Amino acid sequence: MNRKQIQIYLNERSLTVAAKMPLRDLQQQQCPNADLLIVNGYPCPDDHLIADQDHIVMIRRGVAPSPQELEALMMARHTPGVHAKVKKARVGIAGAGGLGSAIAIALARTGVGFIRIADFDVVEPSNLNRQQYFVDQIGLPKVHALRDNLQRINPLVTVDSYYGKITAENVNELFADMDILVEAFDRADQKAMLANTFLRDVPEKYLVAASGMAGYEPGNSIRTRKINNRFYLCGDNLTSAGPGCGLMAPRVGIAAHHQANAVLRLILGEDPATQG
Amino acid sequence: MRITVNGKHKQITDPTSIAALFEMVGVNPEQVVAEHNGTILAPQQYRETILREGDTIELIQFVGGG
Repeated sequence: MNRKQIQIYLNERSLTVAAKMPLRDLQQQQCPNADLLIVNGYPCPDDHLIADQDHIVMIRRGVAPSPQELEALMMARHTPGVHAKVKKARVGIAGAGGLGSAIAIALARTGVGFIRIADFDVVEPSNLNRQQYFVDQIGLPKVHALRDNLQRINPLVTVDSYYGKITAENVNELFADMDILVEAFDRADQKAMLANTFLRDVPEKYLVAASGMAGYEPGNSIRTRKINNRFYLCGDNLTSAGPGCGLMAPRVGIAAHHQANAVLRLILGEDPATQG
Repeated sequence: MRITVNGKHKQITDPTSIAALFEMVGVNPEQVVAEHNGTILAPQQYRETILREGDTIELIQFVGGG
């Protein structure tokens, strides 16, 4: 008897199988070592009957998939067309503190192909209230700890780290070959130095900076502003860190993700903000 | 003489430099990006750049935290 054929996606690869095949048969054929079967986003018992256009993922718990398989699985949640563009993008991040560590992680998860991180600092206990590091990384240079974390999240991203101070003299050398530079410093004078230097010394590349994200004012006051065609500023532009107004994970995270989203929109050819 | 600072008209006396404008409006020159008629000024230009009638200035002030 010639049974009807259906098309499914197994670990994001297209596959033609017999209609109403039990999941366990497909597993035995294709992934005999798998012990977790996910159909259309939900774990599923192995007697499930496969239907046309099912998206099926079969993995073995605790075992890393191959890089190619991982890439296909990670990017399955992206809007179509996004992956090819983000993979080609090169993004520099100046500063690996509360902003920079969160931005780098968001961009690595998004699949940005090349990320250069630069910072002179080491991980301290006081950083852990908002920065994306772990207790066992205290004392490590932030750029090395962050590089390790990014590699654990997405080994397909190339991470280039510079452990040292960023000055007006080396901004060009460090970041001129990036498509976009993200300013993720802590001090206001360093933010201004980087913006002034990059905007004048590195023509035509984008800068996404941040200003004002301390304390626990409403998250809605943080927004992305367009300063000019290549300069975007995220934050409430007001709330500085100081005595009585600390830096905390939620609002720093909101500002960081405004920056990461601005980067993603620039990569995709969209304007991150309206003027004003 | 009338100039525009961050979208608002402002009366100033002649001659006023960018550095003097910073003092008038209370801006720390170390924490600002200054756009003069669409061009970003280098910090070394703040004292020597004299404002003219009709000039447009955008001052982007950074605050600390990150």
